[in-house]
Amino acid sequence: MPDGRTLEVKVWRGRESGRFQAFTVPRRASQTVLDVVSWIQRHLDTTLSYRFACRVGMCGSCAMTVNGKPRWTCRTHVDKVAEGDTLTVAPLANLPVVKDLATDMAPFFDKWAKAQGRFVPEDDRPREFHIVPPETSERRAVDAGIECIGCGVCYAACDIVRWNRDYLGPAALNRAWTLVNDVRDAGNPTRLAAVAGDAGCHACHSQENCREHCPKQINATASIAGLKRAAAIAALKGQL
Amino acid sequence: MIAAAHRTHRGYAAFVIHRLSGVGLAAFLPLHFLALGTALNGEAALDDFLRWTAHPLLKAAETALVVLLTAHLTGGLRLLALELLGWRDWQKTAVAMSGGVSLAAGLMFLLNLGVP
Repeated sequence: MPDGRTLEVKVWRGRESGRFQAFTVPRRASQTVLDVVSWIQRHLDTTLSYRFACRVGMCGSCAMTVNGKPRWTCRTHVDKVAEGDTLTVAPLANLPVVKDLATDMAPFFDKWAKAQGRFVPEDDRPREFHIVPPETSERRAVDAGIECIGCGVCYAACDIVRWNRDYLGPAALNRAWTLVNDVRDAGNPTRLAAVAGDAGCHACHSQENCREHCPKQINATASIAGLKRAAAIAALKGQL
Repeated sequence: MIAAAHRTHRGYAAFVIHRLSGVGLAAFLPLHFLALGTALNGEAALDDFLRWTAHPLLKAAETALVVLLTAHLTGGLRLLALELLGWRDWQKTAVAMSGGVSLAAGLMFLLNLGVP
């Protein structure tokens, strides 16, 4: 229910160039930033474009920049992020803007493909299932990074992406690291070569923006450090 | 369009300090060689230069240089540990330790200035 208070919201309008448009939105208990954006779209300006699907932090499609930080808007309570009674909502950084708050995620996922982020089965299918004991270091490394849902928050927070548009980014490299540790996967020689280039894992400065902002608390900085070690060992063995 | 709010955490501060201290040290290195080069003109030339560096302002700058050097060293060791030894959950503590050791080195240098 509205509690009589209002929120001053600045919302990005346009594409790469544009401007912030101010809206006044009623405050409600347990209001999320996605609620605010939806209220504006339904009551004040139906032309406002943004993206969302599940509303419960599963799909990762509603990520936006809220008061300068990339976040899932569906899981971000206004009370936690509003500076006084003001809120600034912009599209995710480091991605082309389709319109208003909706970004084109294609460059983000293209880099997953460039990082060889898909499972490569062995040529000879084993006669029996692989057994991967949960306590092995490989399995634990996979567990630490596998819950990524590809929301793009880490990519938007990454200054290396900001400075080098070819950099593969934390999410793609984290995905590659989970596959490097997948004992069933047969694609590591080409995968390590793909992630060890100039725009790969060695470009990371360990600023930890990705780890700091990941809504799933995935530590992509650690995954990238793992890739650096794996690539260095492969190079020493003459495999790169 | 985008503010820098995503940089307000300790890991990023460590990155900035490491980068700035590195640039500062790189800028100082030619001056260091220039100072050593005065010895090529004889012992007296170097001694004259060293007497000039006894000025309090230069001693303050030298203290800052010691802090920069230690900050770059400890920050670099932290990065090497992070990337070569694997992740530890006390990274923020490691950043604080790096800063603490750097400031302590600067303080020790300052205290040592009074000792003949």
